[in-house]
Amino acid sequence: MKRNSGKSWLSVPYIVWMLLFSIIPLCIVIYYAFTDSLTGEFTFSNITGILDYATIFLRSIWLSVAATIICLIIGYPVAYTIARCKPRTQRMLQMLVMLPMCMSFLLRTLAWVALLEDTGIINNIITSLGLQPLPLIRNSGAVILGMVYNYLPYMILPLYTVISKINPRLIEAAEDLGCSKAKTFTKVILPLSVPGIISGITMVFVPAVSTFYISQKLGSTGTVMVGDIIESQFKGAYNPNLGAAMSLILMILIFICIGITNRVAGDEEEVMMP
Amino acid sequence: MKKELIKLENLVMEFDGQRVLDNVSLSIENGRFLTLLGPSGCGKTTTLRIIGGFLTPTSGTVLFDGQPINNVPAYKRQINTVFQNYALFPHLDVYDNIAFGLRIAGVKEPEIDRRVSEMLSVVSLNGFENRSVTALSGGQQQRVAIARALINRPKVLLLDEPLGALDLRLRKDMQNELKRIQQEVGITFIYVTHDQEEALSMSDTVVVMDSGRIQQVGTPEDIYNEPANAYVADFIGESNILDGIMKSDFKVNFFGRDFDCLDKGFAPDEPVDVVIRPEDVDIVAPGAGQLTGTVTNVTFKGVHYDTIVNFSGFKWLIQTTDFNAEGSRIGIRLNPDDIHVMHKSEYSGMFGDYSSYSAEYDEIAVAEESEEE
Repeated sequence: MKRNSGKSWLSVPYIVWMLLFSIIPLCIVIYYAFTDSLTGEFTFSNITGILDYATIFLRSIWLSVAATIICLIIGYPVAYTIARCKPRTQRMLQMLVMLPMCMSFLLRTLAWVALLEDTGIINNIITSLGLQPLPLIRNSGAVILGMVYNYLPYMILPLYTVISKINPRLIEAAEDLGCSKAKTFTKVILPLSVPGIISGITMVFVPAVSTFYISQKLGSTGTVMVGDIIESQFKGAYNPNLGAAMSLILMILIFICIGITNRVAGDEEEVMMP
Repeated sequence: MKKELIKLENLVMEFDGQRVLDNVSLSIENGRFLTLLGPSGCGKTTTLRIIGGFLTPTSGTVLFDGQPINNVPAYKRQINTVFQNYALFPHLDVYDNIAFGLRIAGVKEPEIDRRVSEMLSVVSLNGFENRSVTALSGGQQQRVAIARALINRPKVLLLDEPLGALDLRLRKDMQNELKRIQQEVGITFIYVTHDQEEALSMSDTVVVMDSGRIQQVGTPEDIYNEPANAYVADFIGESNILDGIMKSDFKVNFFGRDFDCLDKGFAPDEPVDVVIRPEDVDIVAPGAGQLTGTVTNVTFKGVHYDTIVNFSGFKWLIQTTDFNAEGSRIGIRLNPDDIHVMHKSEYSGMFGDYSSYSAEYDEIAVAEESEEE
């Protein structure tokens, strides 16, 4: 701390920003979560009231865990392939991965609605072939698809960054010591990609678990997620105290999930980050 | 007793149309310490990587124990490598790094345990089993890399500039250490370096390479005393290289004088390159020797003085323990075994002239030239 004292004033804008837009709002959320909506008195009823929504919490977690796992399964080979390309190709593919992110999130989700609707593009093609239309939308599959589509770049990019930094000599060393291609992957490349896997999982899971727009557009009443409920507490039902309590609990759940991820992969990461 | 283990036949390697290996043929005997020596870009590392199985030559054959192995992948070869900058696995500790190859081969844990501790004592790293490899010094990482390769009992160990990242003192220690380990395990070492002193002090055989071609193969003494061309003479140690004419066997003419030498088998009056090592020249009183020149520059080097002497405008480097002041006139004597005669090559005229050693004496040199003639 001391050696930076000369330049420490440079961090003042950030500290002010954090205070105004992170710490203070968090305190307000906590305040609301523990007060009654009418009387303003201290209460646990908001927190206990969440129990009514336990299934929605569990559903949110399960849908976003599923989306995260699918992102990892799709994203890892993509990231690995990009990392093994020539530098020029790497830059181009990286741009392609990021390209959808330049488009509005709402637009991307609405595009999926147009594709999946009962009278949407895909079903139009199917019916024109004389087949029965498929139930493509308003189910949990569609919600997971929407989340995978929207958050896949957040999985690929950190994975790509870590994999591309693996020293190619380490791969040669593994081959030199008797590893076939498959063994090289499981014994060296995969363990060395763990930091990328962890940050990819975090980057996908956190926004996925709190999403609300995707589930509203692509889901049904059976796929309502925490984000939707929180939104309705502030906009429709107007119980901001319950909404605040939900946000707080969701935040704690996210921390727990990240903690578990780090613990599972943590042993290897410790060695890797000297 | 010694048998051929590896044979390279007419290896050619091209990257994007650029030829980095040009018809390299080499026979490597079992149990040898062989060094591929040359500047960066000479093809030495490419040759090593072809032997290791990390590169496939554009054309040519690699034979191992008489069998062509061009298409045998690296992991199936009885060859292990100590990589430049070691390439230790950062996610594994010292023990697991060394045990890596045996685990892949499916060796039982008690056997692994025994062999790892055996290897740790070969490289003097007992007690380091559970250290993280990233917390080790360069020299220690080096030893782990050697142990990790040797534990698999390869027939050949490839070493790619393994001492490059170490400081001078440690490098000297590791040179002795490597030589000791090689004699202890008794297998073939193929060593790549650009450091001629390293090559001379460790190797049984030195292969000097430049521009993708082998310039000379020989013992360190051969390479130093009987360089094949001006390139080798200049790259290995310091050399004065003069234009000469081979009058007949054992008689070479340069600076307009005939000198006795030990070389023969040249065409009559063949133009040749004459190599004179700076430390072989005897300094005598002016007039008492075969040539007389003027000292133009003296640099103290610790063990000796680097003395630049001007003979008829051509400057020689002479290394002597005697101090001769700048401007003094000295004579030199050359014995027949101080003179080495080489055929002209593409490198003739490119090396071995110390005229640019110190530019500020050029005017004096011009003045003396007229005086001597």
